Amino acid sequence: MLVFILKRLMLLPVLMFVFSIVSFILIQAPPGDFVTSYVAELAASGSSMDQVQIEALRNLYGLDQPAYVQYFKWISRILQGDLGLSLDFQKPISELIGQRLLLTVILGLATLIFTFMVALPIGIISATRQYSFFDYFFTVFNYVGVATPTFMTALILMWFAFSNFGITITGLFSPEFADASWSFAKAVDLAKHIWLPMVILGLDGTARLARILRANLLDELNKPYMEMARAKGMPEWKLVLKYPLRLAINPLVSSLGWYLPLIFSGSLIVATVLNLPTIGPLLLRSLISQDMFLAGTIVLTYFGLAVIGTLLSDILLAWLDPRIRMEEA
Amino acid sequence: MSSETLSPDQNLPEEADAISVAPNWKLVWWRFKKHKLAMISGIIVIFIVIIAAFPGFFSTQDPSESRTRGSFIPPQAIQFWDNGPALFAYAIEGKRNPRTLKMEWITSETKKVPLRLFGRGYEWEVLGLFKTDIHLLALVNPDDPPVHILGTDRLGRDQWSRVLHGTQVSLSIGLLAVFLSTIIGIVLGGISGYFGGWIDMFIQRLIELLQSIPPIPIWLALSASLPRTWSVTQGYIAITAILALITWTGLAREVRGRFLVLREEDFVVAAKLSGCSQLRIVFRHMVPTMSSHIIAAVTLAIPVMIINETFLSFLGLGLRPPAISWGVLLQEAQNLQSVALAPWLMLPGVAVIITVIALNILGDGLRDAADPYH
Amino acid sequence: MNPDIILSIRNLKTRFFLDEGTAKAVDGVSFDVSRGQVVGIVGESGCGKSVTIKSILGIVQKPGEVVGGEIFYRRRDDGVQEPINLRDLDDRGEEMRDIRGNEIALIPQEPMAALSPVHTIGNQLIEAVRLHRDVSREEAANICIARMGEVGISNPEERMGVYSWELSGGLRQRVMIAMALVCGPKLLIADEPTTAIDVTTQAQVLNLLRRLQKEQNLAMIFITHDLGVIAQIADYVVVMYLGRVMEQGPVDDIFHNPQHPYTSALLASIPTIHSGTREELPTIGGSIPHPFNRPKGCPFYPRCPGFIPGKCDRFTPVPSPVSDKQSVACFLHSDAAEETE
Ligand SMILES: Nc1ncnc2c1ncn2[C@@H]1O[C@H](COP(=O)(O)OP(=O)(O)O)[C@@H](O)[C@H]1O
Ligand code: SF4
Ligand SMILES: [Mg+2]
Repeated sequence: MLVFILKRLMLLPVLMFVFSIVSFILIQAPPGDFVTSYVAELAASGSSMDQVQIEALRNLYGLDQPAYVQYFKWISRILQGDLGLSLDFQKPISELIGQRLLLTVILGLATLIFTFMVALPIGIISATRQYSFFDYFFTVFNYVGVATPTFMTALILMWFAFSNFGITITGLFSPEFADASWSFAKAVDLAKHIWLPMVILGLDGTARLARILRANLLDELNKPYMEMARAKGMPEWKLVLKYPLRLAINPLVSSLGWYLPLIFSGSLIVATVLNLPTIGPLLLRSLISQDMFLAGTIVLTYFGLAVIGTLLSDILLAWLDPRIRMEEA
Repeated sequence: MSSETLSPDQNLPEEADAISVAPNWKLVWWRFKKHKLAMISGIIVIFIVIIAAFPGFFSTQDPSESRTRGSFIPPQAIQFWDNGPALFAYAIEGKRNPRTLKMEWITSETKKVPLRLFGRGYEWEVLGLFKTDIHLLALVNPDDPPVHILGTDRLGRDQWSRVLHGTQVSLSIGLLAVFLSTIIGIVLGGISGYFGGWIDMFIQRLIELLQSIPPIPIWLALSASLPRTWSVTQGYIAITAILALITWTGLAREVRGRFLVLREEDFVVAAKLSGCSQLRIVFRHMVPTMSSHIIAAVTLAIPVMIINETFLSFLGLGLRPPAISWGVLLQEAQNLQSVALAPWLMLPGVAVIITVIALNILGDGLRDAADPYH
Repeated sequence: MNPDIILSIRNLKTRFFLDEGTAKAVDGVSFDVSRGQVVGIVGESGCGKSVTIKSILGIVQKPGEVVGGEIFYRRRDDGVQEPINLRDLDDRGEEMRDIRGNEIALIPQEPMAALSPVHTIGNQLIEAVRLHRDVSREEAANICIARMGEVGISNPEERMGVYSWELSGGLRQRVMIAMALVCGPKLLIADEPTTAIDVTTQAQVLNLLRRLQKEQNLAMIFITHDLGVIAQIADYVVVMYLGRVMEQGPVDDIFHNPQHPYTSALLASIPTIHSGTREELPTIGGSIPHPFNRPKGCPFYPRCPGFIPGKCDRFTPVPSPVSDKQSVACFLHSDAAEETE
């Protein structure tokens, strides 16, 4: 087990290296260098920058040098903990991201827990009671859940709450807590607000995971070891909970590998609609204003979250399934 | 000792076993036919495709024509009964509220706007070949105020016509993107599954890497880097390519898995032994056997693309106006203010949901029919 | 019912209701099992052997269903207890579960697939004990370790902690045998216990089963598609084809005096030392018809050398005695036919 985890951990820097290159390419993708567009933007808004400052910026980012030098300068600054400055906000990027990153992770984890708590019973019931009313009901629920873009769910709920109760359900905090420092009261306030984005974000995933679980369970339910357990005289409910669930849950856990990144990045859209203080809307804004260093950092952050998510799901999977543990160690 | 057939079944009666001799596609079709919901979905999909091919025919107004005096008109119901079968809509009249200065639209209970089927309206192009002005639904008197089945948007454009034209763009983007990603997926998945070994290893790692990348930020970043000066067509192609670039991995996995199974099957082994070239084996023998699986996987991939296009355009990073897609239309409903003012702006979302559900059920039905024991 | 008989199956019918049609997997099977007797069921794969025993155990799953017949079983071993019909019990009910695994135990065809890959051997063995005995985990573990020793597994304590896929095929089957024996069953059902393992191990497992059966005077149903194996272990043989019993009788009669053309064909296809290489192996001509499309008349007629036109393809023969121990379903011996439905 330890060997397995160590192996995975060793892969981490390699992945992050690849991803940092991808992020850097994304930063470089827009035509023209960003200092030029920044100067143009400043000019458009009526202010300007003197030549010395411009040169200093060009030097800092190595804009006159080949791409790999620029990448090297960028990544080494990041490794030293200097994420740079957002030109759009005129603030250090670390300051912009810090709090939002925390909220993104909290929202992501809350969604994940919600998804599993709902998807597991639904999957089990629909598989063991195949073709029952429940099964059909959840099948419909699943199709609708998968088909509704998350922002539609957000919009509809927002509109519903507004037109029926006159309340606005945006943000993650009540106004009085938005800028307050962390306290117990603020955490409570967060808990009061987080459930809606959590449900909206989790709906799609819940539908998908419940379907995956149902299909896997149905597969497992016909396996010879189920027959054997029945032949041993095991009660049916015990049977389902002990054997197939243990096995059917594996694909579910490995689906964490893609599901976690999906939650994190999916929250981007919901966050935009619901105006949540997570990193999603910040990425969108930075992309639209071509604040590419901010955008690149956020994309890299998303990659980081995804890599950590995959790592966690791998470890969990190995812990659950002895075969994987053995094979990889 | 059971299946070796040394002597023919000399005594078997004429009505031989139809099931065991039916060709594969026929079997698939039989099983599919039994799946009622999938059949219905298939019909809905065909309908949607027809709309996508001839959006102009079903439209009532030029989708780009804006009327400054007709913004945010709520949907108007078409009436079919007026002491006997009829076809008309009640006229809608706008009054400016003297206090709020907002336009308020009131449906008249007496004034009718007569409609007719296959009447004349604005000119539209049939598949880019020729022009006509025949529409499914048209005003009897061209001077009557237009009827807006799904209301109008901020600029007074007819949403019904816009949703129909959006169908064309959204569906074709979905199809094209899936087509692209299918080709990449089949080629790479096929290579991976057929040859195995280190090639397989390499492609699998690549797929894993791509799959562990959160797609949305990449899409956003890529689309954001497209020059804003690009034309609608350029943007369309670029967005299609971007969508395809990230989604081929799922299909490639599917194809590889199938190949791994097929590689061991008798007829492939037989073909190998008889000296067929490898390419020939792959494309003559293996790909056709998989086609029903691929069709199912593709059908299931299209809705994913449609939703993703909607996401991108909704966020302002996909297609940009004047292009009309469902995502572009939904951009009008981006915040609470507009939704509270004109909830019907969310209706293009219903088009998305119906289409995606129909395609998903159809795809599931096809998959079950292709592989009943999975 | 003869007091020695502990299981008596009468006219058992099990069907699978599939989209493509109804498969009559077991179609009117009857046979008896006595105390200390080994009954071998033989037939080509797909002829309904496994479904027969699943029906006995009440573990046929949808879309399958036992639709007819009786399964008389004598619960207590004193010979006076009236037999009960297992079909009257609820398959998922307490009494049936108390019989399954406790009194009637199963050794499955593929030990690999019958063991959960994510639970240890010990976990699954202990569970088998604790389902029927009110003992602590430790006590259960001790019982299991003792049984594992009896079936010839070395280092049983250690083996309790391993997973099924870490064991060899032979060991896995020994684990299954130990698991079947942990509760001291009266009737052991072995479903092709030697099919999934290599030849040398096969012989060992057969010897083990025979020894255990003799020592404990177990009643046993032994299923195989291999007549050669039957000869080594069974006292009495039931020959099945397409869900029906073609012939049954004591092992010597079946081997030396087969009456049914199908039995003869099966016997002819047993590889012997003299038959040389595999290629020369005589096989039964023709293939098994699809179960949905079973021909009208005698199920064997499309492949039968003794086929009587106008009779075998129109009427279905039913088993009728040819001696006091042996019965055959074939028009060459008796005109007894099933009434047409
Ligand atoms: N789960 C099932 N679903 C459908 N048909 C089945 C199923 N199990 C068995 N059958 C049918 O029952 C017949 C007998 O199967 P089985 O008893 O497993 O054969 P065997 O003699 O090889 O053990 C098969 O040919 C098949 O038609
Ligand atoms: S009944 Fe006829 S077909 Fe059947 S085994 Fe006897 S001779 Fe052959
Ligand atoms: Mg069997």
